[in-house]
Amino acid sequence: MTAALNIFTVLAVSAGTFFFLAGTVGLLRFPNTLTRLHALTKADNVGLGLVVFGLLPLVEWPFGALKLIAVWLLVQLSGSIIAQLIAIIVRREES
Amino acid sequence: MAAFIFNVVLVALLLAVATWVITSRAAFSAVVAFVAYGLLLAIVWVELSAIDIALTEAAIGGGVTGMLLLGAASRLRETEATAVSTSVPLRLTAAVLCALITAGLAAIVLFPPNTVFTLAPDAMAHLLESGLGNPVAGVLFVYRAFDTLLEKAVLVLALVGVWSLAPDRFWGGIPGLQVYQQPNSVLTLLSQILPPVGIVVGIYMFWTGANNPGGAFQGGTVLAAMWLLVMISGLQRVPSTNRRALRLLVIVGPAIFLAIGLVGFALAGGFLAYPAGYAKPLIIVAEAALTLSIGVTLGLLAAGPPERMRQR
Repeated sequence: MTAALNIFTVLAVSAGTFFFLAGTVGLLRFPNTLTRLHALTKADNVGLGLVVFGLLPLVEWPFGALKLIAVWLLVQLSGSIIAQLIAIIVRREES
Repeated sequence: MAAFIFNVVLVALLLAVATWVITSRAAFSAVVAFVAYGLLLAIVWVELSAIDIALTEAAIGGGVTGMLLLGAASRLRETEATAVSTSVPLRLTAAVLCALITAGLAAIVLFPPNTVFTLAPDAMAHLLESGLGNPVAGVLFVYRAFDTLLEKAVLVLALVGVWSLAPDRFWGGIPGLQVYQQPNSVLTLLSQILPPVGIVVGIYMFWTGANNPGGAFQGGTVLAAMWLLVMISGLQRVPSTNRRALRLLVIVGPAIFLAIGLVGFALAGGFLAYPAGYAKPLIIVAEAALTLSIGVTLGLLAAGPPERMRQR
């Protein structure tokens, strides 16, 4: 059981870091601000989500797990809204 | 081994970002780099098991200072293109002096004296008498309470300094915080959802600071951030700095702390000495008031000097 949970943690966290890597590559290589934002938010949403998901079996239930999920939700909220605000400025400057 | 590799990468990254801060030509990108530097430094403090300092660094070094510097950078943007760069001898002198300080610090860290004098065991032995479980809170409010009091007074003086930058006709007016001019935008949503969470987190940070990492400064900074958010999004008006309630909030923390210190003369035989058995309740009262004052003061510091009078 513990071994299965450990394998799950390794797989999920690795998948999460893959999204962070992909997001960073996108941030460096994509041609304009809007596509770069797109890459960045994927790292925030899916990457961090997978890392949190993978770490859930390792923390105490319920409060440790709830804290991790709260961190993910707060990052989702602020990350997506800041991406929107940056995008609004970009579009205003383009028009 | 994994921890060692992590630390080496962390330090390399920190040095790289520090170089970025110094070498960036534009003020704005230097500030962005400085905020990233503050967040990285917070991780370094976590690695050194100094969670209290990590929280402060993330909140002050990354957050409030970043906001103050961003405000300064946007004010200086117009003058930046015409700014005269400093002369080479001046820059060389600054580099030599900074290198000397770095070398001195490196010498202290790399070649420590054989017998390190420390008060840590004594401090831990008497910590229980104060009723506090967090040694950092113990140092701040019991052993070095005078320093902590002065630090809060400095914060009030800093605010008076910022206000003094206002032209005479705007003294007591409304701070020139840049407000986001779009009602019902996505920022409005954020400033409706986040503050309830942030206020609970800020109060929790102060409350848990007695026994765990946290405290008035970290909690107050979170409260300040929430206040700034609702002001910037336009949900809450930026208050006039001549409002009496506002000014009272700025000084209530230092004033209560000072009052508790003076009561110490009568009841415990010294300035900032706590009567036996009452140390923890008194510290909690002082910290609660300080959290509020720090929150309001930092919010007003970030809001900047008054720039207009209230419309009648």
